[in-house]
Amino acid sequence: MDRLPLFPEQASTFAPDVDHLLFFLLAVTAFFTVLIFGAIFYFAIRYRRRSDKELPHVQHGGMALEILWTVIPFGLTMVMFTWGADIFFRESRPPDNALQIYVVAKQWMWKLQHMEGKREINELHIPLGRAVRLTMTSEDVIHSFFVPAFRTKQDVVPGKYSTTWFQPTKVGKYHLFCAEYCGTRHSGMIGWVYVMEPRDYANWMRGGESTGSLAEDGAKLFQDLACVNCHKADNSGRCPSLVGVYGSTVKLTNGATVKADEAYIRESILQPNAKIVSGYAPVMPTFQGLVTEEGVLQLVEYIKSLGGKPAAASEGAH
Amino acid sequence: MITAAVQERANYLTASHGIKSWLLTKDHKRIGLLYLFTITLFFFLGGAFATLIRIELITPQGGIVSSETYNKLFTMHGVAMIFFFLIPSIPATLGNFFLPMMIGARDLAFPRINLLSWYLLVIGGLFSLFAMLAGGVDTGWTFYTPYSTTYSNSWVIATALGIFVAGFSSILTGLNFIVTVHRMRAPGMTWFRMPLFVWANYATSLIQVLGTPVLAVTIVLVFCERVFHIGIFDPALGGDPVLFQHLFWFYSHPAVYIMVLPAMGVLSELISTFSRKPIFGYKLVAFSSVAIAVLGFLVWGHHLFVSTQSVYAGMVFSFLSYFVAIPSAIKVFNWTATLYKGSISYATPMLYAFGFIGLFTIGGLTGLFVASLGIDVHVTDTYFVVAHFHYIMVGGTIMAYLGGLHYWWPKMTGRMYPELWARLSALIIFLGFNLTFFPQFILGYLGMPRRYHVYPPEFQVLHVMSTAGASVLAVGYLMPMVYFVWSLRYGQLAPANPWGATGLEWKTPSPPPLHNFDKTPIVEHEAYDYRPIIGGVPESA
Repeated sequence: MDRLPLFPEQASTFAPDVDHLLFFLLAVTAFFTVLIFGAIFYFAIRYRRRSDKELPHVQHGGMALEILWTVIPFGLTMVMFTWGADIFFRESRPPDNALQIYVVAKQWMWKLQHMEGKREINELHIPLGRAVRLTMTSEDVIHSFFVPAFRTKQDVVPGKYSTTWFQPTKVGKYHLFCAEYCGTRHSGMIGWVYVMEPRDYANWMRGGESTGSLAEDGAKLFQDLACVNCHKADNSGRCPSLVGVYGSTVKLTNGATVKADEAYIRESILQPNAKIVSGYAPVMPTFQGLVTEEGVLQLVEYIKSLGGKPAAASEGAH
Repeated sequence: MITAAVQERANYLTASHGIKSWLLTKDHKRIGLLYLFTITLFFFLGGAFATLIRIELITPQGGIVSSETYNKLFTMHGVAMIFFFLIPSIPATLGNFFLPMMIGARDLAFPRINLLSWYLLVIGGLFSLFAMLAGGVDTGWTFYTPYSTTYSNSWVIATALGIFVAGFSSILTGLNFIVTVHRMRAPGMTWFRMPLFVWANYATSLIQVLGTPVLAVTIVLVFCERVFHIGIFDPALGGDPVLFQHLFWFYSHPAVYIMVLPAMGVLSELISTFSRKPIFGYKLVAFSSVAIAVLGFLVWGHHLFVSTQSVYAGMVFSFLSYFVAIPSAIKVFNWTATLYKGSISYATPMLYAFGFIGLFTIGGLTGLFVASLGIDVHVTDTYFVVAHFHYIMVGGTIMAYLGGLHYWWPKMTGRMYPELWARLSALIIFLGFNLTFFPQFILGYLGMPRRYHVYPPEFQVLHVMSTAGASVLAVGYLMPMVYFVWSLRYGQLAPANPWGATGLEWKTPSPPPLHNFDKTPIVEHEAYDYRPIIGGVPESA
């Protein structure tokens, strides 16, 4: 590896976007730095004190100058704001056809699950050119999923799902860092992202031991945890049928409605009394502590596999 | 002749003797010196932690201390430097000493409360010091939950209590300054005749009084969750971990301006005195201090761009962050314009002022990078941010603090420091600082996360450069420590006004008498009117 790298690799569609904004900022700030430093050096030498009795002319402020050096920098900063906000907005909107991968962070490792059931620890294999959407949560403290070569970073927060996405543009092996301080072995919470040719990726997917897909594991859990006893598919149970619920709009007892996205399903498993579906009694016990974050993800995937239209990317989940 | 007379006069240092006369003093000048002594101890303590951090980072595999110790080192470096050095630095030492003198007052409005403030800082400091000696704390100075409330096995509560108590010191100092500026100005000292140092400290005091209580509340909430397991921040207890970040930064972002506004005030004094000109755009510079104090409360969310805060909140906070950049830019342009056709001296305080403008400009301009959403997603929590805020707080605040200390040293002690050594120290600090922190911008953009004990080997060369710079910087900081102490005994006796400055503090002997002025001064001139000081008619330029 390079002994003295000065610029990070560009390996996602966002990387050149972020770097172009960086170059713009570098140009603007270099201009002002040279302007200010140049003026100070010039004035300091040109107007150095020549006698102790020297008393310079007094000029009071010049309004025209003040307005000039307020308005021009302000205009430039608004360009920076708009440009940066545009990139940020696109980073928060994963495309619908993105490859879905689940991430569970814990002190001090990354656990990654592919939809087809493949699991990885501290390594993520993804195909070149395909948008990848990560849905992430943490089992303990706050972590942050950071891949410098992709220029993306997203905190991974316990108790909720956060999402990020990227589209790799270059085959290679890239650093994965935890960027939010998370305790003693924070600096050991690192890994690699492998971007592979789609053919190699398909081979990799087939290789190794393969457990069931996420949804299959979720179906098993749905039986084991006895969810099936109440959530009957034909809606004859004490609790609502979950067929087609994902992506639908659910009416609650308090009259409000809620979009049934991943976060809603997760909450309904862990804190079932937070939102009660209209027409049903709050009879479901909490599964907090009875099912791991990975188990919750499997259940979510199972419920999604029961049909329904995909929920729009949840607000604020960037 | 004059110096002999100075020597014989009774002054605040000779007015009474003995340890009790210091520990029970109500004289704002002596209290300023008590603060100076206290925060210098914390500066060297924080500096010692920084030294160990930089030595550890010479090698990527982290061989010298354990990860646990490393995490404690950067935490205690931050706690000591921010809460017990930078926040009290300029207001509590130079402000305490000179704010009353600059407006022609005999003391602050509440001298007993002023002494209480110092005791609170000391008590808070002892709590935190105890935590450090007992085993340290490893949460980072930011105390993010739920790590700090549930997972950390270190001295979180003792440290947090120390910060809680020290916070009241800050609140009371702010309160004292506000009342003093409103009520104690000498006849003729109108608001727009006040030196800009007073304006800056006034604006700072507003932040201290309005912001610090939020920090106190946040610490109480952390206490409740950690000790009584009341679910506030930890989702396992039903809390929201990101709520903590909102509360913490609601104080801690304005706290950045607590640290840098007084530095800007010092700069205005230095630039004016050593170019013998009134500050260009005096009123705009004064108002920009107040604007920064107000706008500083509206930008905390820019620390949370990737925290799961809503995308639209991120945009609002980014937009507002650019707003707060403008008053800072105005100040830099106005200081530069002041130099135009001035009579510029290269005395040590001015060299520090030049250093401040250089480093603060870089620190401020890199603030534009981190305020930009698209770039911040990549650089937040990396060394880019570490470099950015060190340019502001160390490059800005400490340069101004040292510049101010050199400027007012003759007044405080009655002695001159050795000019040649002092100029050399300014130069060494400037060079050492840039060598330490400039490579960290590159490290950050490359993706090196902050708070990493062990790091990938490709970052080593830049880390070694940074450590080399830190050793130069350490020499630069030790030098003033040595020659200031030396000057107390061997320095030349200082005249009343060695710089030809205009402030009221220079119209009384060095060191000042117990009550500052023999008779209450009457102010008849604008701030920074050099004609009565230098005399004669202005030369045509």
